[in-house]
Amino acid sequence: MIKFENVTKAYPDGTVAVDGLNLEAPTGKLTILVGPSGCGKTTSLRMINRLIEPTSGTIYLDDQPTSGMDAALLRRRIGYVIQHAGLFPHRTIVDNVATMPILLGESRQKARTKALELIERVGLPASFAKRYPWQLSGGQQQRVGVARALASDPAFMLMDEPFSAVDPVVRGQLQDEFLRLQSEIGKTIIMVTHDIDEALKLGDQVAVMRVGGKLAQMASPSELLTSPADEFVADFVGRDRGYRSLGFTKTAGAVAIGEEAVVQLGASAEEARAKATGAWVLVVDGSRKPLGWAQPEQIAGGELKREHLNLSGIAAAASGTMRQLLDAALSSPSRRGVVVNEHGELIGTVTATDVVKAIEAEPHLETAR
Amino acid sequence: MNIEWLGRQFDTIVFLLGWHVLLTVIPLILGLLIALPLGWWAHRSRRIYPLLVGVAGLLYTVPSLALFVLLPLVLGTKILDPLNIVAALTIYTVALLVRVVADALESVPEDTVQAAKAMGYRSWQSLLKVELPVGVPVISAGLRVAAVSNVSLVSVAALLGIPQLGSLFTQGFQLRFFTPIIAGILLCVILAMILDGLIILLNRWLTPWTPKVVAS
Amino acid sequence: MNYLFDPRHWTGADGIPTLIGEHLLYSLIALAIAAVIAVPLGIYIGVTGKGVFLIAGLANALRALPSVGLLILLVLLISPAFPSKMGYILPSLIVLVLLAVPPILTNTYAGVRAVDAAAVDAARGMGFRTMKILTDVQLPCSLPLVLSGVRSALLQIISTATIAAYISLGGLGRLLIDGKAQNDYSQMVAGAVLVALLALFFDQLLAFITRRVVSPGLTRRTIKSASIAEPAKTPVTV
Ligand SMILES: Nc1ncnc2c1ncn2[C@@H]1O[C@H](COP(=O)(O)OP(=O)(O)OP(=O)(O)O)[C@@H](O)[C@H]1O
Ligand SMILES: [Mg+2]
Repeated sequence: MIKFENVTKAYPDGTVAVDGLNLEAPTGKLTILVGPSGCGKTTSLRMINRLIEPTSGTIYLDDQPTSGMDAALLRRRIGYVIQHAGLFPHRTIVDNVATMPILLGESRQKARTKALELIERVGLPASFAKRYPWQLSGGQQQRVGVARALASDPAFMLMDEPFSAVDPVVRGQLQDEFLRLQSEIGKTIIMVTHDIDEALKLGDQVAVMRVGGKLAQMASPSELLTSPADEFVADFVGRDRGYRSLGFTKTAGAVAIGEEAVVQLGASAEEARAKATGAWVLVVDGSRKPLGWAQPEQIAGGELKREHLNLSGIAAAASGTMRQLLDAALSSPSRRGVVVNEHGELIGTVTATDVVKAIEAEPHLETAR
Repeated sequence: MNIEWLGRQFDTIVFLLGWHVLLTVIPLILGLLIALPLGWWAHRSRRIYPLLVGVAGLLYTVPSLALFVLLPLVLGTKILDPLNIVAALTIYTVALLVRVVADALESVPEDTVQAAKAMGYRSWQSLLKVELPVGVPVISAGLRVAAVSNVSLVSVAALLGIPQLGSLFTQGFQLRFFTPIIAGILLCVILAMILDGLIILLNRWLTPWTPKVVAS
Repeated sequence: MNYLFDPRHWTGADGIPTLIGEHLLYSLIALAIAAVIAVPLGIYIGVTGKGVFLIAGLANALRALPSVGLLILLVLLISPAFPSKMGYILPSLIVLVLLAVPPILTNTYAGVRAVDAAAVDAARGMGFRTMKILTDVQLPCSLPLVLSGVRSALLQIISTATIAAYISLGGLGRLLIDGKAQNDYSQMVAGAVLVALLALFFDQLLAFITRRVVSPGLTRRTIKSASIAEPAKTPVTV
């Protein structure tokens, strides 16, 4: 657990970057600090490992005030990831990752072995181990940054906009992999971002800060969407928050999933026409994994081939959220959204109307503005 | 060129070359050792930087022959003592390298320094294991300049009668004889090139991590 | 110090004022010639990109050449061709010019090159002709570097001119060389102090001029990039 108690930071030039901050990041959870540029997020984060000293107030690490600790020893207990990774240019990737364990007195050999494991764990090939940072792309460096912070197996992690220096596609991948990793390792993490979508996607709880370094609201992502504390938070969370809040509503069997007739590649035009509902028929592979939609008219006498497939639809997991379900329906050319089980095998399809009906039946969503 | 003369003087020339190497290399090493902490100090303090760099600039302005003559006053040595030369060249080397070391440390990316601090390096650990190693290319560039100019500066001491390769120049002048002059110039240039090459190799050995670009 | 304060040494054909005058005369002539050669050449190479190899080669090679050796070699080569005094003045001047050209040349070249490509582009976009870009943009922007090259060159010259006393050139070096010959240490010290003061004075003078003539838009920098306005000195190799 990391706890801020009345923490204030005023810089020598008089700027009050953080003002009376009270906040608790529970053990094993991912807490996100979000807010507009200059609202004091980085300052707050860096006060935890005392790269910046608070002007007043106390920060506790598992109920011990950090002010009494040796700063270097304190930092060795906390993993820290920054925007551009900040890798050591003069060390190989594996030695970068092994830095903390070696600093903590582990043998070089052991530290390297562990580092190699971590490099693979964050999704990099082991062959990268002997490279130097300049030989990696920005996204790859960012992964190394995460691996390096994890290497000493710290109980706490601080991350300052760790995914902001990469393009949206890579960012999405890094976020997904990071969520998977966190579900395995369960660290106490505080992450800073100014991207509200990232905050809502990753956070167990989200702290919204306003300029002047004050906490505006601290809540779970869905609560933030459904009941923002004030005008500022509502504005910051965004206009389509009603739609986005669906991302936090589990389907949990609330939507009726319809049967869908399917064909496989190689089927004749007649068979496809017979199985189709309306103009479209769903195509699956041998193990009932959806491949795409096809229009029997276009097969024109021959047999169903890959080039006939329309790939625009996105499959939703039955265990997923209302938002994914609605998205599946709206993105499908047949307007029937494909629903799959945890192995990716077809369960059936849903229509947008079905999903909306289920949403309207959902009681707490009525409170959403 | 009178090859025969060179053959007869071989022992003398080797002796002069040996002195030249000593008078060049000792100040280079001493100068680097002194410049490292001073440069670090200048890097650490915004107020010290202009002071140290300013004083270094002034020292650099003093012509070498003048410095050779003035140092005995300060050191209490005899005018012919090679120690004066070592001291003078050490001063020049420090004057050149203080700024180089400060700028080298300044050239280390802020992210890197912050990362080291955040991982719990104490400031001396960060300096020794991160900042200095990353600053090596800038420092060796400065060291190359210092080494090459030291070779040339040492030969000025011949005018005061301190033996090294410069003695070949004065000897040639007195005898109106080209051979020793040309031999001296060639040996100076070769020595400078060898020192330069050694520093390049040392730099390469210390920085396997830099992108291999075609350097000028 | 006694030597300096003895009034007898401040008058006459080999008095201190005469020596200072000679030292300055040789130095300024050499500097002027070097600048006339090196500045246009540096601009030409910088603008056209022709002969860049010359720059890198010259700077390195001349730094390694021992100037004492060069001086003596040239005197022995040239002096037989000239009567009396010119026999050592001319070779000395040649060596002084030779040593002063590289710092001015390389700095002028670097200055012209370092001018923000965007600024040159913008000027061209506004319809400036090549000549106008040179005089209105590139030269003013590269002035600090050019002046710093001149500063290094002058130091180099003052320093080498001192040594040239060995081959009987006039100037303050006389006190050092004659003092050595006469075993008169106080005369040598006087010479050393005067040469050092002369060098310091002209170095500071040029620094002052640089600050006055350089556009404040170019000097508004923090320590880190202050090197634009006041680059590290090119080492004087004498
Ligand atoms: N060293 C400093 N001295 C003075 N003021 C500072 C200093 N560092 C930050 N500030 C100011 O403190 C405020 C908070 O800065 P901080 O870096 O914590 O913002 P942030 O929320 O991380 O912003 P961003 O999203 O842009 O990274 C800003 O107004 C900033 O200008
Ligand atoms: Mg920030």
